[in-house]
Amino acid sequence: MSEIIMYEEEFRRIDDELKKLYQLSNAKLVFLVDKNGQLIASAGDTHNIDTTALASLTAGNIAATGGIAKLLGQKEFSILFHEGEKDNIHISLIANRVILVVVFDQRTSLGLVRLRVKKSSQELEKIFIELDRKAQAEKKNRPETSPFAEITDEDIDRLFG
Amino acid sequence: MAFINYSTREINCKIVYYGPGLCGKTTNLQFIYRSTAPEQKGKLISLATETERTLFFDFLPLALGDIKGFRVRFHLYTVPGQVFYAASRKLILKGVDGVVFVADSQIERMDANIESMEDLKINLAEYGFELEKLPFTIQYNKRDLPNIVPVSEMNRVLNPDNVPWYEAVATEGKGVFETLKDVGKQVLKELKKNY
Repeated sequence: MSEIIMYEEEFRRIDDELKKLYQLSNAKLVFLVDKNGQLIASAGDTHNIDTTALASLTAGNIAATGGIAKLLGQKEFSILFHEGEKDNIHISLIANRVILVVVFDQRTSLGLVRLRVKKSSQELEKIFIELDRKAQAEKKNRPETSPFAEITDEDIDRLFG
Repeated sequence: MAFINYSTREINCKIVYYGPGLCGKTTNLQFIYRSTAPEQKGKLISLATETERTLFFDFLPLALGDIKGFRVRFHLYTVPGQVFYAASRKLILKGVDGVVFVADSQIERMDANIESMEDLKINLAEYGFELEKLPFTIQYNKRDLPNIVPVSEMNRVLNPDNVPWYEAVATEGKGVFETLKDVGKQVLKELKKNY
């Protein structure tokens, strides 16, 4: 298993970047998902939206499109755009590992969304490279820093009642 | 691929229910969904055909509780069992942390079980996984039907490594949570081993 590990500092930086993108692109909702369907962070109005399900379906969408790309001999379709009656959705792949999703309506334009997504993608990519470096370094220092070192089999048994 | 978030103090793991068409993978998830408290679960998403056959996947997020201050969440997925959905099936396995193989106990479905198990191994190998090294549990489903293969025979054919197995009647919920608990425990123990 190879895990994604998120630390406080990087999480805050990602959160800030998403908020910035949300504001500058005038979007309704922005969120970041890993390719396996786990929601990483979001910005905007998420109150009435099941973001967990949205994350899983988005990853499924990217996976299916990636499958199609492969069949056609393409490496990957890195940008997807779905146009709805009111809302539109712009999906892009960052560093081939996380998925950035922007939901927007007529208050903004596809052009602006694309521009801001491009800028944010560069920033996010940097953060994820940093995150990788940190996770690798931390791994060497375990088990002192790991919360898992303290977990006993009894803890696990207790969780399942 | 577990997702560990130190900032929100969450651990998210992915468990995939695999098996031949109509073996009861979706039925497992539906029973889990019906039997858990609302605060523990998200929506059950089913991407299915009009005849209720799984087209792409079913998805159920489940929060189990806390371990050492970390909220533990399992994301349960099923694959489409029908043979011609091979490409979709493979996609769902990406980043899997634990696998449940749901076998159909009926005599006439044994060939389909064997074929699906082989398909699972091949697909995992393409992601660089070996089934022997993954948290893995087998469920012998439909034990209430009359024309079934004895468990000893199913174990001989499908379970040479003697991984944990459970008899089940998923429509009634028998064996459903036993299977989930088993694979869930294995996933967390594996995580503990690696971290």
